[in-house]
Amino acid sequence: MQQIFNFLIRNSNRLLFLLLLGISLGLTIQSHSYHRSKIISSANFLSGGVYEKINRVNEYMNLRAENDELVLENARLKSLLFNKEDTSKLPLPDTIKGVKPADIIVSKVIHNTYSTHENFLTLNSGSNEGVKPDMGVINSLGIVGIIDDTSPRYSTVVSILNMKSRINAKLKKSNHFGSLTWDGKSTGFVQLRDVPRLASVKKGDTIVTGGQSVIFPEGINIGTVETIYKETQTSFYVIKVKLFNDMTNLGHVYIIKSKDREELINLENKEKNE
Amino acid sequence: MNSALLVNIFRFIMLLAIQIVIFNNMNFLGYISPFPYILYIILYPVNSNKAGLIISSFFLGLIMDMFCNSGGIHATACVILAYYRPYIFKFSFGLSYEYQTIKLNESLTPERFSFILVSVLMHHIVLFVLEAFQFKFIWDILLRTLFSSIFTIITSIIIIYLIKPNKR
Repeated sequence: MQQIFNFLIRNSNRLLFLLLLGISLGLTIQSHSYHRSKIISSANFLSGGVYEKINRVNEYMNLRAENDELVLENARLKSLLFNKEDTSKLPLPDTIKGVKPADIIVSKVIHNTYSTHENFLTLNSGSNEGVKPDMGVINSLGIVGIIDDTSPRYSTVVSILNMKSRINAKLKKSNHFGSLTWDGKSTGFVQLRDVPRLASVKKGDTIVTGGQSVIFPEGINIGTVETIYKETQTSFYVIKVKLFNDMTNLGHVYIIKSKDREELINLENKEKNE
Repeated sequence: MNSALLVNIFRFIMLLAIQIVIFNNMNFLGYISPFPYILYIILYPVNSNKAGLIISSFFLGLIMDMFCNSGGIHATACVILAYYRPYIFKFSFGLSYEYQTIKLNESLTPERFSFILVSVLMHHIVLFVLEAFQFKFIWDILLRTLFSSIFTIITSIIIIYLIKPNKR
């Protein structure tokens, strides 16, 4: 017995090291597996609060770019409005691309990373505003990512520049779809994989979100086709997509509550219970 | 002894703050960023409590992970660096390092430089291997380790000699 105690006392530093190494490696491996939320994330009051303070200063630097973007969006909406014959007689649209206005939460990016293989954003709205994991995040130019984790006031987003993210996307002119991934190289480009060879694709075609996922409504802009590769082993195209969004410069974003979400979750729970 | 503890706590908080506010936003060429927060582990007093160093390094890394959304990669790299620090001392300063009083924040000798170099390389290679987590990125890992190490060493040396304590 005494020898055991002696052993423990003699090797206390080594045991402490192995314990802490085990904990941190466990956290690392857990964060690399896809279908689990993180234990350590920046959606908490400490890091969220600090990032909000930092962002308040940084916002002043980007006011001009943010204003330009708003002016452009305004101009586009105005042109849509003026091209209607008589807007007062039209019934008010209750949905835009299948999404009710009440299902959109406006939020602000308070922290953004794009230099690692697995990038995340932090937003300044959380479960108090109704944000839940797996909601889609877009801005006026195109898609941004998917909500990963929430706290009462903040939430983290898996950016599309994250090698773990897989988003259903399709060609705008035909219905050939594939899955959108990132190869971890350039922040301006993502890859659309598993597009069948039958699809006629050429440079400049628009890529939009597909209807197969419940996270994004169908037809939200992603980017344009830059180059097309043929995979040698399989009969699929790999398309390099140039993003409409500049992922290194994000301001305000919209969080979309999925329309069929509750129904799907109810269905899945029913299957689990049986 | 008490003032050494206070200095360590101050260093812990200041280095984390500088890292998060300034150096995390530096992205040379999109992927090179320096990590001078490991100066806390490098500058920890030589003959102080080793268990204290390992535990505080773990929390240093964990707070970095919280801010970087990176799981546990900083915590792992910091704990490994903290545990192997005595071996790096032996490698750089020779066997009898415990009997000399090593002060890193004095003029830059080859021994001190080699200590900083080996520590930074060790931390960064663990960090980037765990971040990529796949062998197909081996060139990417080596490239990132090399360039980030260069920038970390430069910023570390600048920080050490900028805030050198005044000689009485």
